[in-house]
Amino acid sequence: MKQFEALTRKNNQEAVKYLIVDDSVFARKSLAKMVESFGGHVAGEAGDGCTAITEYARTQPDIVLMDITMPQMEGIEAVERIVQEHPEARIIMVSSVGYQDNILAALQKGARHFVQKPVKPDALYEIIRYVLNDDGVTATVGASEESSR
Amino acid sequence: MRMDLIQPFIGSLDAVLAEMMKAPAKIVDLTMEEEGYRRRGTAAAVSFKGQIEGRVILDMEPGAAAQVASFLAGCEVDPAATIVTETVCELANMVIGNAVTQLNDAGFHFKVLPPEVLTQEQCEKAGQDSEATILCFETPGGNVHLNIAMQYLQRRTGERTPLPVY
Repeated sequence: MKQFEALTRKNNQEAVKYLIVDDSVFARKSLAKMVESFGGHVAGEAGDGCTAITEYARTQPDIVLMDITMPQMEGIEAVERIVQEHPEARIIMVSSVGYQDNILAALQKGARHFVQKPVKPDALYEIIRYVLNDDGVTATVGASEESSR
Repeated sequence: MRMDLIQPFIGSLDAVLAEMMKAPAKIVDLTMEEEGYRRRGTAAAVSFKGQIEGRVILDMEPGAAAQVASFLAGCEVDPAATIVTETVCELANMVIGNAVTQLNDAGFHFKVLPPEVLTQEQCEKAGQDSEATILCFETPGGNVHLNIAMQYLQRRTGERTPLPVY
């Protein structure tokens, strides 16, 4: 797999931490390989929305990659619950179902971005970089996030 | 079955296979489901509910399924390996999700359920009110079958609506 310029936290140069949420083991592995090629570290995985909520609290990831269609609790509800507890959460929806209503609902609940499957690594990398830079986590503004805490 | 409802599935499968197999796929056969569906290889079904209800089965012959799994895994994969089944499930999710996205944006509203692996050799007929079309795509690794069954709930709801009593 193509290697990308590593995305690191500006404040401590550590790898960006990811939580990957998808009911498909295959999809999780595939996304994990991608984020590792971005220099990231997979801090946790979850196969449904309920597990995602507990894993978020446990791992405190920099980025969550969240599927929409999952058993027990769907991605959009999980986004709402996570953002209620952790308003700073950076959640990127990754789903094959990308119709406007779904995207809008996810964004309204607090998701930052949306990527449609099949995921192209270049597109995902750019979106992650955009979301992290927007919050000042990576290279350019990471220190400001730390100082604002 | 209305072609405007099937076309997004054809386009979606074509695009996903092109992305995942890096090879062209072409339709070589189209049949209507008369009896139940007989599975050809590794298959997964995705159901959808809403204005139109139904299910789509993605059925990949062993060579085709193993080829995609190998491509994605980055190494040779045994056709009997678990990862092949997981790959077919995820492909079904992508194909149907992409198609449903197009249909939703065209004004048909429905929701997709998570994919399920088909383990039975013979699947029951999709339903009395359903129309099922089976498309066969030829790929370098083997054939890929897409069984699309839909029922139009708007029509059935109309049929069930009681007439006013005066």
